[in-house]
Amino acid sequence: MKTFEGYRRTNGSIGVRNHVITINTVGELAGLTKKLAQMVPGVIPVAHQAGKAQYPEDLEQTIRTLKGTAGHPNVSAALFLGMGEDDPAEEIVEMLKEEGHHVHAITFQKDKTISEVLIEGKQWLEEALERSRSQQKESADITELIIGLECGGSDAWSGITANPAIGACSDSVVRDGGTSILAETTEAIGAEHILAGRAVDYEVREKFLKIVKDYEERIKETGEDIRSANPTPGNMAGGLTTLEEKSLGCIKKGGSSTLMEVIAYAEKPTKKGFVFMDTPGYDVESVAGLAAGGAQIVLFSTGKGSPTGSPIVPVIKIGTNPKLYEIMSEHIDVNAGKIIEGLNTIEEIGEEIYTKVMEAANGKLTAAEHHKNQEFAIWRLAQTM
Amino acid sequence: MSRIFNALKLNKDDNVAVALRTIKAGEDLSIQGETATIKVMVDIPFGHKIATDLIQKDGKIIKYGECMGISTEEIEPGYHVHVFNVRGLKEDERLSALQEVRLP
Repeated sequence: MKTFEGYRRTNGSIGVRNHVITINTVGELAGLTKKLAQMVPGVIPVAHQAGKAQYPEDLEQTIRTLKGTAGHPNVSAALFLGMGEDDPAEEIVEMLKEEGHHVHAITFQKDKTISEVLIEGKQWLEEALERSRSQQKESADITELIIGLECGGSDAWSGITANPAIGACSDSVVRDGGTSILAETTEAIGAEHILAGRAVDYEVREKFLKIVKDYEERIKETGEDIRSANPTPGNMAGGLTTLEEKSLGCIKKGGSSTLMEVIAYAEKPTKKGFVFMDTPGYDVESVAGLAAGGAQIVLFSTGKGSPTGSPIVPVIKIGTNPKLYEIMSEHIDVNAGKIIEGLNTIEEIGEEIYTKVMEAANGKLTAAEHHKNQEFAIWRLAQTM
Repeated sequence: MSRIFNALKLNKDDNVAVALRTIKAGEDLSIQGETATIKVMVDIPFGHKIATDLIQKDGKIIKYGECMGISTEEIEPGYHVHVFNVRGLKEDERLSALQEVRLP
């Protein structure tokens, strides 16, 4: 059984990091959220543009993402900044406190100056940081680990090297009793019948087919048609022949395990094993959704060196080709390009990724963490009102 | 460089391999983990697919152990497999493929 040392939270979950964060509920406070984090070195800002003038479904999704982020096992403490009387900050904080999280909300009202808010926030963060430093690690095992599977800046090698290697790692994690979440609904279009065919039961199968159909309908409303636009001429020049082949190259990050559950964006899985989360193909929003859903570590394949990271979870970058590793090695944790050179098999790179997962779980910083790449954005379904 | 093969099969059940570098007509195809060699009949750009078995017209193209398309003509081993001899699945074919899968 693979084990690691992590931070046990009051609600029983286990974190692989012990972050103290500032997080805003509305876009207007993004700047102050960053400023406050800068005032207390060691605090990470989770700033974003969502939260106002949103349709009910989007507002619900924003709140679910914020709650999942602040209540994440990798987070030791979170300070919310809200604004106005109907702001959700206090409500989210109350819910998180009930689950045992160390959280606090400061809501801007007419009666508080900005400097007063900053002083109050700084004091709370300094205490939270001190508290986090006294927290001890304890032993946990792979069955408590959730990994997210993502790709960004793909190239012709993604489906041949990095993605199948991530799939091999995912299958190993699942076999050992852990959980892996595949994301990016857009990328499954065209191969949805294959992934649906791996569903554990009829209900999971139908739910998966429904989220793909719904996504496709929303895209069609904007005048785009993924099925007829793919593979693109660039894809074809790279050797991809059909949409099925392109989509297979992406969903192979999920290996060949049985699909146990289909969850909404930023929703927590209730099953262990292989799970699918409904997210967009845009990597920053997708990684934020995976993290908010409880993934403690994200595996990320890239052919072009996308630097996308996360403010709260270690993102492990798997490069698809040797050239990328040669040029951007400081951005890449695992060089799956060795498969092209004949130095390693897909299975061997899968094992190397698994080793990196356990190292990251034990606290070793990934390339994205080292560079403080802390991108964060929330998926929106509708227009801003 | 310890490269001893020039192509890769993503799954043992596949009837195509992916060229790891551009392979010229007349070269031998050597697939990672396999001993049989196939004579390459046409130039295959890197990243593109090459038939490793005889694929009948209307036969399934298998990559990743999954059906990724249907051949529009007979394809002999050593030949390029791409848009000129393969089509994607039609909607009813996708559905029937799914119906074939039995739930555990």
